[in-house]
Amino acid sequence: MQHDAVLAETIGIRGHGNDEIEAYTARPMDGRPRGGVIVIHHMPGYDAATKEITRRFATMGHHAICPNLYTREAPGAAPDDAAATARAQGGVPDERFVGDAAGAARWLRSLPTSNGRVGAIGFCSGGRQAVLAGIEVDLQAAIDCYGAFVVGAPPEGFPLRVSPFGHRIPELRAPLLGLFGNEDAHPSPDQVDELEKLLREAGKTYEFHRYDDAGHAFFSVDRPSYRQAAAVDGWERIRDFLARHLGA
Amino acid sequence: MCTYSTEKRALTKSSGKGPDGWFPLETATVYYDHPVHAPDEHTVNIDFLNPGRGPGARVAVELSLDSAKELLAALAVTVERAADH
Repeated sequence: MQHDAVLAETIGIRGHGNDEIEAYTARPMDGRPRGGVIVIHHMPGYDAATKEITRRFATMGHHAICPNLYTREAPGAAPDDAAATARAQGGVPDERFVGDAAGAARWLRSLPTSNGRVGAIGFCSGGRQAVLAGIEVDLQAAIDCYGAFVVGAPPEGFPLRVSPFGHRIPELRAPLLGLFGNEDAHPSPDQVDELEKLLREAGKTYEFHRYDDAGHAFFSVDRPSYRQAAAVDGWERIRDFLARHLGA
Repeated sequence: MCTYSTEKRALTKSSGKGPDGWFPLETATVYYDHPVHAPDEHTVNIDFLNPGRGPGARVAVELSLDSAKELLAALAVTVERAADH
């Protein structure tokens, strides 16, 4: 019988500015070398659903870690209260996110069973941040699940600190997998087209999969936005992409 | 989740009741986005906050669009009537 034990626990890691931030990790316990996945939570925060996704990556054969990007605004708070606080304060600054993602990558590579390869996956706002991490952090794979504002300017008077960075796509260092719903408004199909054009023109390694009858957050099993066909196919694409770029 | 759209207003002489009882409210954020709990893809969400008292000092509501319109009308009527007091 295969040894499939997984350890999941909350830990502290060093993030941006050497701050200690909270993180949730799940790791296979069989002692074999493997790659690591940084799970970037959505705007509703470091919640139960995101922790479940983190554990799923461990069952798929990767070390996984989800840093709590709202640790500083709301240490120890309930995820929904933390998300509300972060939103009221303008969201997570990109520079700080990059520092936290770099800290998560360092932590994954420090594991005795790390094979040195690290990827990042983000959902919603985390999708945009996964692409940013692919530019700023040493990653071997990046996965953008319906992240808005990689391209396309936010509306006028927009209070959160997000700005598009399509002009930086030539700096992307990691292969990119993009998963999008054709009924999504953020990002819209036109914006996905625009991002794909930038990737193609810059000669980047990427693959996009776009689903009909799916809008934003089609992976969210606890929300009405869940779309079974898109989510099942999407998970297969993720599994295949990570196996190719991180090793099993 | 990811419409990001947020209106933020400062509140004065206002209070809310949270899990630890009454507290003064300092800000309200209003946004149309994915709810945590309400059974709809998007809702009008309002967080009444007191940042100085920490993330838990929060009164939160998630309203369906129809409910938000009803509440908006009720607020408009009430505020209008208050002018006569």
